[in-house]
Order: sequence, then structure tokens, then C-alpha cells
Amino acid sequence: MKKIGSWLRENLLALVVPILLLSVWEAAGQLGWIRAALLPRPSAIAQVLVELIASGELFIHLGISILRVGQGFLIGAFLGVLVGVQIALVKKFRIALSLIFGVLRPIPVIAWIPVLILWMGIDEGSKITVIAIGSFWTVLVSVVQGIRSVDKKYLEVATILEKDQKTLLTKVVLPAALPAIFTGVRVGIDVAWRSVVAAELIAAASGIGYMIMYARELSQIDVVLVGVLSIGLTGVLIDQLLLLLEKRLLKWNVNLHES
Amino acid sequence: MSMIAASPQTLTIKGLSKRFQIDNDFVEVLNDIDLEVTPGEFVSIIGPSGCGKSTLLRMVAGLEQEYQGEIYLGDELIKGPRVNRGMVFQEARLYPWLTIENNVAFGLGHHHSAEEKKRIVAEHLELVGLSSFAKAYPHQLSGGMQQRVSIARALVNRPQVLLLDEPFGALDAMTRISMQQEIIRIWEAEKTTILLVTHDIDEAIFLGDRVVVMSKRPATAKAVIPIDLPRPRDRNSYEFVQVRKTIYSNFFSEVEVPFSYSI
Ligand SMILES: Nc1ncnc2c1ncn2[C@@H]1O[C@H](COP(=O)(O)OP(=O)(O)O)[C@@H](O)[C@H]1O
Ligand SMILES: [Mg+2]
Repeated sequence: MKKIGSWLRENLLALVVPILLLSVWEAAGQLGWIRAALLPRPSAIAQVLVELIASGELFIHLGISILRVGQGFLIGAFLGVLVGVQIALVKKFRIALSLIFGVLRPIPVIAWIPVLILWMGIDEGSKITVIAIGSFWTVLVSVVQGIRSVDKKYLEVATILEKDQKTLLTKVVLPAALPAIFTGVRVGIDVAWRSVVAAELIAAASGIGYMIMYARELSQIDVVLVGVLSIGLTGVLIDQLLLLLEKRLLKWNVNLHES
Repeated sequence: MSMIAASPQTLTIKGLSKRFQIDNDFVEVLNDIDLEVTPGEFVSIIGPSGCGKSTLLRMVAGLEQEYQGEIYLGDELIKGPRVNRGMVFQEARLYPWLTIENNVAFGLGHHHSAEEKKRIVAEHLELVGLSSFAKAYPHQLSGGMQQRVSIARALVNRPQVLLLDEPFGALDAMTRISMQQEIIRIWEAEKTTILLVTHDIDEAIFLGDRVVVMSKRPATAKAVIPIDLPRPRDRNSYEFVQVRKTIYSNFFSEVEVPFSYSI
């Protein structure tokens, strides 16, 4: 209880400002300063939100999107770790791939969507692939950076103790790189979440992006807004869950505890 | 019990010279070092900073490989790292993601059963007086405690030679003195050969059977001074002070004369 109290005191502004904004918005709507067809009042949006939750529509679409993110991210992150470890440790591999990756990496994930639709249609495949591509790069980069910045002093200790390559990798290099990799994973999921919405906005028959596009065609601005805001909220939620997981897994990481 | 047949071995350093290449320049670091360390002997090495003391230990450990001269442990020519030589660095270099007991266990090879591993780790934590911290993480320990864990990790393989590179340099004066007593106790219990680098002349005398004084770069072994004082040693005894004077004059005969030193 004490904790919550002190948290409130410190972060009071974080709550006060949105409440203030919402009240001004609500008042402006009531007074007819804003056209409801363009921007409905917060209370009207909240009502639609409740309806969409009650009908289950919102969570079904969100659930589908989250499932896609989960699948695509697992594939992308797995490949990212696999290739990242090789790139970080094998110089030949790094050189062989440097040009190809240099060209491919800066391509925004969204640019792949038309290509993938042509190749794979608008089914699950193309969406999951988009997510996989997006998370692949972020995880790859963090794995390479994490491994290459492992303190040489840690490696020397293992060398002196005559550890083999496998022990060196699994007991020293990967654990040391884990905080950096975890940061990459968090950014990667963020990217994945953004790209799934983008992919669904362009072509889909389900998912939160589809719900937004469909409502737009029916000019249901309130549903569109509920959809857009729920994307943001889900993003925050996922990030917080990952932070929690990170604190669990990286108990030893003192830098984490201090922040 | 231990995997290394523990017949004591002499450490022999013969005509050792080392230079580093920095861009196109060569920096001569060690110049023709000869030293023979008998089994179970405690040798302290002092010298001006940057003269190559760490480099010398790293060569004995097998971490540096391009040099002139030879290093033998018994009949074995040293070509790279082996667990018969343990090393402790100035920083404890514990793995922050492992508990204290797992850090110590990391020192052990594969060829131990789980129970054996547990027993050896427990024994060594006992040896350095940290049994109750087995489950703690390194960041929960003080600098001196971390360094004791590092010593335990270096000892689990029962090395013939223990290399200590300014292991107490980062500790405060009080902790340092208690660590010096600790290391003597461990040395007497384990009977390993110890090579200790330090920048603290008192520490060198307090601990060593002999003190090697190195010159500035390129370093030679300028003087090797036997310390024939009974243990435990008294830092304020007349003999101790005499030895300190000898080493001071040796140490500073070439290095800049200090503004003042009063003993
Ligand atoms: N890997 C290296 N490459 C180039 N120069 C080095 C390297 N390691 C040490 N040196 C140089 O060798 C000299 C001796 O270093 P070191 O053995 O660490 O001295 P110290 O006696 O203080 O322990 C220093 O001048 C240092 O700059
Ligand atoms: Mg040094």
C-alpha cells in the first residue's frame, strides 16, 4: 500500500494530464465544438469499447493479431539468434553476408507486404512472414552486438580453465550477451506488433487491423478509434510483460535493478 | 583424488623476452628474464607500473604465446593454458550470472560426478570462508569477498602454480592486510607454488619467500632478494624494516628517486 502511495505521488502528473485532456475533449464535444462524425466524445468511445468487449469482437480480433505476432516473432527471433551467433563468431560468415545484409536490412518491413502478398496470397503465411522478417533483423542485430561486446576478461577466465568452445558459448558468451539480446527481443516484439497491424490494414480478413479498416469502410469512426487505441494499449501491455520476464530471468543483472 | 598427478614441479623461466607490436612499432616489454621457482615456494614480484609484470604472469598462464625463451613446469614446456596453472586477476572476474557456488564450480572440468563437484566446491568455499554465501550472486559480495571466490575458483583444480596478479590492489588497506593473512593460510594448506605480482613492497615482503625486483621497461629481473624471516611475520620487526630498506634502495636505484620516503 505504501508503495502504491509513493508511486502515485511521484507519477501524479502522468495521470492528471490525460484526465485533464479527456475532460476538455469531452466538454468540447458536449458544447458542439467538435463534430462527432470526425471525433466522438470520450464517453461515446468508451461506450463503443464496452459494446465491442461485450460482443467479444475486440478480443477476437486482438487475439488473432497477437497470435500472428507470437508465431511470426518466434520464427524471426529463432532465425535471428541462429544467424546472429554465426555472424558474431565466424568471421568468414560475417564477411560473406555483410553486403547482402547491408542491402536487405534497411528495407522497411512494410515494403515487403506487397511482395509477400504476390508470393503467398493474403492468408496467414504472408502476415506471419512479415512479422518474422521484422523481428529477425532486430534480434539479429542485438545478438551480434551483444556477443561482440562481451568483455574479453570473461573469455580469458574460461580460456585459463581450459573450457571447450561449446562451454564457452553456452556458459559465458550467451549469458553475457543476454541483457543485450533481451533488449533486442523487446524492440523486436514492438516491431512485430507494428508490422502485423500494417499487414492487416493492407490485406486481411481478420485481426485488429482488419477491424479498423472494415469500420472505416462503414464510416464508424468510434470503432476505428477504439481499434487504434487498443493497439497502443496492447503494445504497452506486451512490453510490461516482457520487462517482468526480464527481471525474472536476469536476476543477476544489477543494472536492471537500479532502473 | 585430483586428476593431476601432484608430484611437485619446479617452474623454470628461461631467457624470456617479449615485445608487443603497436601499429608498426615494437615495444620491448620483458628482456631476458630467468627465474626458477621451487615447488611450494612463494615468490613476490614487484616493479614499476607498466614494466611487464602482468605480461610475465600471462605468459606463465599460457595467455600470451609469442615470445622468446621458454617456460617449463617440471619437464613440460608451456605452450598454452592448462588447469595445472591457476590465475587470479586484479578484478575478481566472477560471472555475474552465476551464483558463488556455480562460479567456483565453473573452475572444475567435466570429469567429476555431481556429488564430487558439490563436495569440492563446498570444500573450497570453506577454505576461503564463504560457505554461507554459496547461493549469493557476486554483486551481493564485497570486493574482498569476491576476490576470495576468485581464489577458490582458481584452486579447485589443485593447480601446481597459482598466479596472482595484484589480487588485492583494488581493496582497502584493512581488507588487504586480512587478505594477506588469508592467502598465507591457504598457501600453507594447499602447498601450491605461488607467483604474486604486487605494487606494495610491504606486501611483497610479508608474503614472499623471495622478492623479485623488476626494472622499468624493458624489464629485467634486477634483483632477487631472499626473505629469511620466520612466519608469521611482523611488519614492524627490525629485520622486516631492514629488508624493506634494501628493497627500497633496489627499487629506486633506477626509477626516479621519490621526493621523500621515511620509514
Ligand atoms: N596486448 C598488448 N598490446 C600492446 N601492448 C601491450 C599489450 N599488453 C601490454 N602491453 C604493454 O606492455 C607493457 C607492460 O604491460 P603490463 O604487463 O600490463 O605491465 P604491468 O607491469 O603494469 O603489469 C605496457 O607498456 C603495456 O602498454
Ligand atoms: Mg599489471
